[in-house]
Amino acid sequence: MAITREDVLHVARLARLEIPEEEIGRVQEQLSAILEAVGKVSELDLSDVEPTSHPLDVVNAWAEDEPRPSLPQDEALANAPDPEDGHFRVPAVG
Amino acid sequence: MSADTAGIDTLRLTAEEAAGLLERGEVSSAELVAAYRAAIEARDPELHAYLHVTDDEHAGDGGGVPIALKDVITTKGVPTTAGSRILEGYVPVFDSTVAARCKEAGLPLLGKTNLDEFAMGSSTENSGFGPTRNPWDTTRVPGGSSGGSAAVVAAGLAPWSLGTDTGGSVKQPASLCGVVGLRPTWGTVSRYGIVAFASSLDQVGPLAKTVRDCARLYGITAGRDACDSTTVELPAPVELPEREDLRGLRVGVPRELNEVDGIEPGVRERVQEAIRLAEELGAEVGETTLPRSVEYGLACYYLVAPAEASANLARYDGVRYGHRADLNGDGDLTALYERTRWEGFGAEPKRRIMLGTYALSAGYYDAYYGQAQKVRTVIKQEFAAAFEDFDVLLSPTSPTVAFPLGDKVENPLAMYLTDVLTIPPNMAGLPGLSIPCGLSEGLPVGLQILGPQFSENTLFAVGHALERALGFDFVPPRLAA
Repeated sequence: MAITREDVLHVARLARLEIPEEEIGRVQEQLSAILEAVGKVSELDLSDVEPTSHPLDVVNAWAEDEPRPSLPQDEALANAPDPEDGHFRVPAVG
Repeated sequence: MSADTAGIDTLRLTAEEAAGLLERGEVSSAELVAAYRAAIEARDPELHAYLHVTDDEHAGDGGGVPIALKDVITTKGVPTTAGSRILEGYVPVFDSTVAARCKEAGLPLLGKTNLDEFAMGSSTENSGFGPTRNPWDTTRVPGGSSGGSAAVVAAGLAPWSLGTDTGGSVKQPASLCGVVGLRPTWGTVSRYGIVAFASSLDQVGPLAKTVRDCARLYGITAGRDACDSTTVELPAPVELPEREDLRGLRVGVPRELNEVDGIEPGVRERVQEAIRLAEELGAEVGETTLPRSVEYGLACYYLVAPAEASANLARYDGVRYGHRADLNGDGDLTALYERTRWEGFGAEPKRRIMLGTYALSAGYYDAYYGQAQKVRTVIKQEFAAAFEDFDVLLSPTSPTVAFPLGDKVENPLAMYLTDVLTIPPNMAGLPGLSIPCGLSEGLPVGLQILGPQFSENTLFAVGHALERALGFDFVPPRLAA
């Protein structure tokens, strides 16, 4: 299935990827080729088949509701690119 | 070249032999670490199998057999990049469960191994830090995505290692580097602290020179973990295999997994010889069929895995850790996310994020992701039917031997096809063991041994018996003295 330039821009936007203008054509071409290949799944009539979301037949795993130590603030911020006063600093929300 | 520090020949030493040396007091754990570090210094510059080699402080002094971990395995205080520039400089503040279990077992950490970025690839060429080369032939790839973890074992730069396997990322590089690799039953090894790619498929698995070493390392890492609610207790303890025959074993040969287009003649011959050998060892061999699993498996995988990846990789936003784009004060939070992610991710993760996002987007969900989940059910059912008649199934692990670097880089679909034989069982959550079964054109061929969920002990038994009978020499000739 061929996807359009608008599809690429839409998907890039949904995925929060700033795709440069000069890359759009190449991405469009590659995604179209891959989607054509994976679209093969639609050849099968599976209307009566239940979907599988994960491979083990396990339902719920319960855990005791016991408090445990969490990450101290300085460790939680240890890898932050721009920490300030114990917070993650970010640009204004648009 | 093969005799390293303190007379320890790291090219040939198995983890079991190393443990024996330690138990008898013939070498110390520190001497073992020193021997592997010397081997790394001598041979890793041309292979680039390690992304990070630890110092004494971070190796730890647990007194055991040292290990290397794939760089998606979170290690406290030791850089963990997932092969991505977006995590360059990230130093975790906690240990993954498998890293903690290795520590508890006393295994010093030699370092972190190279991989395809976020474990997405089949050649380790997608690493953001440059490719790893195959120890058998440095013009060829080691496979992927755990290419570094396979190469370090093959080149004597670690006695054993851990990788992760989503679509074949332990089994396929094990095959291409002539070592043994296990993809365990999904849910038997904790994913806590594993950089997530596709959560319903990701699984940590051991690589080593022998099946017994793989079994031992699986025993150290497997079992329920309170930090990963998808893990389960093993139904039976891990058994180190000893038997050298296969009497009473029913071996199935799935036609499609052995005859799909693209299997090289040399690969087919070695695998057929291994199947005949299984018969000589007492197994009953019969043909079986997985018609839709092989035909539709790849398409199913390349919808499910990217869909899950698109969600898992949403966390890389330049806020809490990792790369952050410099907006020069011009742009809002969304602009920061979008530029950070475009700059930080390499081509393959971006491709898969967009593919997965598309497959999950309004209007396409049912046709793509929903349909792929149903195909997954069909694959599970086909394998379950095959295992009514057979204890294990055999096939090649990879359709080809190691291919030249650069061969498939420009063609994502050609690269995806290299996993055509490992993906179908993975979709069903099945364990698989790859053992070397000979050479084709001077390069290793891997035999894939598949069983039902939780059949690891059977896989070890079959792999061990075949390994003993095959007598494969795991030392790459170009490295042998």
